[in-house]
Amino acid sequence: MKSLAELEQIRKATLEKINLRKEDKQDLTRVVIGMATCGIAAGARPVMHAFMDEINKRQLNHVTVSQTGCIGMCRLEPMVDVITPDGAKTTYVHVKPEMVPRIVAEHVVNGRAVEEYTIGAAEDK
Amino acid sequence: MRDISLHLLDIAQNSVTAEAKHVDISFELEEDGRLTMTVRDDGKGMSPELLARIESPFATTRTTRKVGLGIPMLKQNALLSGGDVMVQSRLGEGTVLTAAFMTSSIDCLPLGDLPETFVSLIVGNPEKPEFSLVCKSPAGEMDFSTAAVREALGGVPLNEPEVVNWMLGSLQEEIQPILGGIM
Repeated sequence: MKSLAELEQIRKATLEKINLRKEDKQDLTRVVIGMATCGIAAGARPVMHAFMDEINKRQLNHVTVSQTGCIGMCRLEPMVDVITPDGAKTTYVHVKPEMVPRIVAEHVVNGRAVEEYTIGAAEDK
Repeated sequence: MRDISLHLLDIAQNSVTAEAKHVDISFELEEDGRLTMTVRDDGKGMSPELLARIESPFATTRTTRKVGLGIPMLKQNALLSGGDVMVQSRLGEGTVLTAAFMTSSIDCLPLGDLPETFVSLIVGNPEKPEFSLVCKSPAGEMDFSTAAVREALGGVPLNEPEVVNWMLGSLQEEIQPILGGIM
C-alpha cells in the first residue's frame, strides 16, 4: 500500500468539517444510486463517480452519495434518487454522467428538479 | 456487463448482502494470460441446495422478483473467454467465488477500471465490511485494505471526498504497472 502518512493530513483537515456537518444534520441532501446488477450493467458506476466528482468540486458538505439495490424498474436504469432536506424525493432515470453537473447545479444546489430527466417525464413519452 | 471489474462490483455486493465482515478480493494474472478473480467472504454462506442452483438465472434470495442474473452473466462471460466460474460455500462460514478468464481470447472482456470499481464498493459500503484487494502479475504485486485506511483515519469516514480521491489515486498508481496491460 502507498504511504498511509498522507492520510494523517487528510484526517486533520477533514475532522473539523465533519464536526460542522454533524451540527446541522437536517440540511442533508441525499443522492442514492441504484447499484444492483441492472444498474451496474446500465452504467451506474460512472454516474456515481460523476456525482462524487461534482459534489467534491463544488465543496458541497451537506450532500451524501450512497447506493441501493434494484427497485424493480430495470429498464429505466441507471436510476438516481435525490432526496432534499425537506424530504421530497425525485427519481431521475436513464442517468448519464453528462447529466450529473446539471442535476447537481439545478437541483442539489438550487432546489429545482430537472423535470426533463425525471421518471415522470420518461413515463409520459 | 462491459468489463470484468463491473462483474466484481456486482458480485461483491452479494458478500455485503450476506453480512460479511471481511471481503477479500484478488486478481492474479499469469504468464499465459490467465486471469483469476477471487472474492472471498466470511458472510453467512449458502446451503448445498442453494449452492446447487446458483448458476441458474431463476435462483435468487430476494423476494421481489424471481430472477437473479449476477452469477449467470459472470459465468457466461468467463466461459466465452475459455475460463470458468466456481463457487464454494458453507452455511455459517462464508463463500469463495473464483472466476477465470483467458485474457488472450478475443472474446475476453477487458478488466476495466478496477480502481474506480473498488472505490465504488467502499463508497457504497463505507462502514462495513472491510474490503481488501490484492493484484498480482509477472510485473509485480500490490495490496490494499480498508482496515488499514480506517485505522489511519481514526474516525473520518471512508466516503469523505478527500479520502475517496486519495484511495482512487493510490489504487491507480499501484494497479496500473501490474494489470495495466489488460485494463
